[in-house]
Amino acid sequence: MKMKNDDYMELDFRDNILQFPLNRRDFLKRFCGGLVVLFTIGDAELLAQRGRRDYPSDFNAYLLIGADGRVACLTGKIEMGQGIITSLAQMLADELDVSIDSVDMVMGDTDRSVWDMGTFGSLTTRHFGPYMRKAAAEARAVLIELAAEQLNVAISKLTVEDGIVFEKGNRDRRISYAQLTKGKIIERHVSGDVAIKDKTQYKIMGKSFLRRDALEKVKGEAKYAGDIRLPDMLYAKVLRPPAHDAKLISVDTSKAEKVEGAIVIRENDLIAVLHKHPDIADKARALIKAEYDTPQAKVDEKSIFDYLLNYPSEKEIISQAGDVAQGAKLAAETFETTFYDGYVAHAPMETHTAIVDVKGNKATAWVGTQRPFAAKDSIAEALGFPAEKVHVLTPFVGGGFGGKSPHQQAVEAARLSKITGKPVQVAWNRAEEFFYDTFRPAAVVKIKSGISDSGAIVTWDYQVYFAGDRGAEHFYEIPNYSTSSYNARGAHPFATGPWRAPANNTNTFARESQIDIMAAKAGIDPMEFRLKNLKHEQLLTCLKTAADKFGYTPAKPPSGRGIGIALGIDADTFVATIAQVDVNRDTGHVQVKRVVCAQDMGLCVNPEGAIIQMEGCITMGLGYALTEDIHFEGGHIIDTNFDAYELPRFSWLPQIETVIIDSKDPAAHGGGEPAIITMGGAIANAIYDAIGVRVSQMPMSPERIKAALKNG
Amino acid sequence: MNEKITFTLNGEPISVTTDSDRMLLWVLRTDLNLTGTKFGCGEGFCGACTVLVDNEAIRSCQTSLKDIKGKHVITIEGLSNNGALHPIQQAFVDHDALQCGFCTPGMILNAYSMIIKNPNPSMKDIIENMDDNLCRCGAHNRIVQAIQSAAKIMQGGK
Ligand code: FES
Ligand code: FES
Repeated sequence: MKMKNDDYMELDFRDNILQFPLNRRDFLKRFCGGLVVLFTIGDAELLAQRGRRDYPSDFNAYLLIGADGRVACLTGKIEMGQGIITSLAQMLADELDVSIDSVDMVMGDTDRSVWDMGTFGSLTTRHFGPYMRKAAAEARAVLIELAAEQLNVAISKLTVEDGIVFEKGNRDRRISYAQLTKGKIIERHVSGDVAIKDKTQYKIMGKSFLRRDALEKVKGEAKYAGDIRLPDMLYAKVLRPPAHDAKLISVDTSKAEKVEGAIVIRENDLIAVLHKHPDIADKARALIKAEYDTPQAKVDEKSIFDYLLNYPSEKEIISQAGDVAQGAKLAAETFETTFYDGYVAHAPMETHTAIVDVKGNKATAWVGTQRPFAAKDSIAEALGFPAEKVHVLTPFVGGGFGGKSPHQQAVEAARLSKITGKPVQVAWNRAEEFFYDTFRPAAVVKIKSGISDSGAIVTWDYQVYFAGDRGAEHFYEIPNYSTSSYNARGAHPFATGPWRAPANNTNTFARESQIDIMAAKAGIDPMEFRLKNLKHEQLLTCLKTAADKFGYTPAKPPSGRGIGIALGIDADTFVATIAQVDVNRDTGHVQVKRVVCAQDMGLCVNPEGAIIQMEGCITMGLGYALTEDIHFEGGHIIDTNFDAYELPRFSWLPQIETVIIDSKDPAAHGGGEPAIITMGGAIANAIYDAIGVRVSQMPMSPERIKAALKNG
Repeated sequence: MNEKITFTLNGEPISVTTDSDRMLLWVLRTDLNLTGTKFGCGEGFCGACTVLVDNEAIRSCQTSLKDIKGKHVITIEGLSNNGALHPIQQAFVDHDALQCGFCTPGMILNAYSMIIKNPNPSMKDIIENMDDNLCRCGAHNRIVQAIQSAAKIMQGGK
């Protein structure tokens, strides 16, 4: 399985992925007691590929068949709402031929689950999925071999249903997986490659299943990191600076120390108040007097774009063909536009939370994280423990969207637990969440393009600054093009990181806006303009499907109808979105009335789950398109809660219609991110179609709409 | 000021002795170990901490313990009846009206309070009543559907 660079978008925060390769002995120790087959884990070089570990080849790392017949799916992925708790169980059950109800999910448990880099990049189904399916297929083959020996029946005469191997046509000659494994170690594997099932053999994949975690969640029983209770635990509130670049000069904790039951800890940079009640710890923290030296802010959300454009950056050419300058000379009409996009917060409803219990030379941690194995390494490093002495468990995660890749809260809890000798919970409040969030980076996109007399795009010069290159490449038929991405470390006044479909929201907004700018000038309907300049088969199918569903009829732009189209590709999934908006010219308020989205994602494991992700993307996309924008002065984050930072609400809800294309592609592609990328572009184009003026900066806030109307 | 506060919690009388200015959210979550009520923002903006006080949805992060003296408090743990899901809970399951589930207890209790007052809510009523409950995962669409169907079922008698 080859992964592209964009899957591994570097995280721009101080957080190491340390190397603690799992050795063979550790591995066997960990998995003994169940079905264990000798394996080759691959040599160290392979593991160190890309400086990261890889998935092991032994199927026992992925699943465990208990003596009771229940099957544990040992995934290092975590559940944060995206629904893999259901779809991974489907994949495992289908390949292993057990019922989905017999599968128990063990997710993000560093002592039990297969190692994983983390849950991000829409990689679970498309990248991890094939490994897990292969593991299950091999386990099934081994079990059938063993059954053949026990039953004394040829393998070819055996079949499996619901974890029971039996002779075809004679169900009495049978033996269950549980009887075969008996909880003993079986050291066998299948020589050669075992094929995974193809579409015609699926019994569970490709069918819709309700969420497997719904029951616990509606009853309030589902445990998130903040819900773990341990005897004698303390809740910690850590002193926070007013700005990222502020230096502590003096601190007076005497008042906080007087709060009954409060414990004040100071270790180097870490100053915290602990108490058996979090609210009292919080009040005591407010009593700490701290003086900081905060440098004069150099930049804010308005000046950031000039600042970034002037920041020394490295140019990377992503792709090019022909000669853009030559193309521009031949063009009948040329266009030059600069697009802007502000910082956006992840703002999961659950803030960063962890509880760590350090006992002697061991630590157990429950962490709300997208990267449990990296959290384990970070905790070990902070405590000076060997990694195998740290056990991270990942309860349900209350939303992540890329923001729970760092895990500073777990390191803080670990340090405080080591100092106090008690289990310590660190749960950020909303202001801390906004302060330490790794925002989606502010970015600028400059596009110079040109069309011929007949409306064919003849040149396309695309330069993206600081968003990243995911989604930067165009997919239209253009003879002369050049796509470059400019980046630099340390350019932003605070941490930034991947945000649901990193870079692609910005890039798709810019590209699809520019396409419509050209269509409008050419006097061609934006749909027809795209059809004219597009040969990409899957995108054409998505576009036509969305247009049919929408009931789209061509019109010269701006038509006044408020309809906008955008296309995009993310995580190898193809998306077409058509949005319809109402714009209030007096208030600048945009109401999105309807969104139709068609997507080709290859193999779709759980159609209902995939649709939910599309709906989630569409709804979340309204926010970055219309309101979400971090306000700041240098390293000081002004927005501290949802009064200032506006998330999409029920009253914003458009009518949402989704279509998943019946794909020819047997491989699974991304599902949790793609449908969000087109929201900015579709809404920008719909706004133009409604009012005849364009907003080239996201979010397209009422102020910006009014300003655009005023400036014509 | 430490004070003994008596109230009814999920149908059972209970008293808690603690500083009565403390917010109900924290007393529920830590003193009483009922963790179904969630912290989302702590300032009344998100609704994750919603509980029912005398059948009225309130934000427990903004309600002090002394304010619920003698009142009936229902948390998400108290909504199901001897293990049987309340129709709203069932509707959330049936409509897949949740993703990460962190907003879910607050959503369900807020919907409950609305339906008690207005057994036949229109789409507009639902949106108006739910508007200040935030969901970052974008489950809104299905939450509305779940509430509509639950209201119908509840009208037909629970
Ligand atoms: S936590 Fe109470 S309203 Fe957000
Ligand atoms: S389901 Fe995640 S916040 Fe609503």
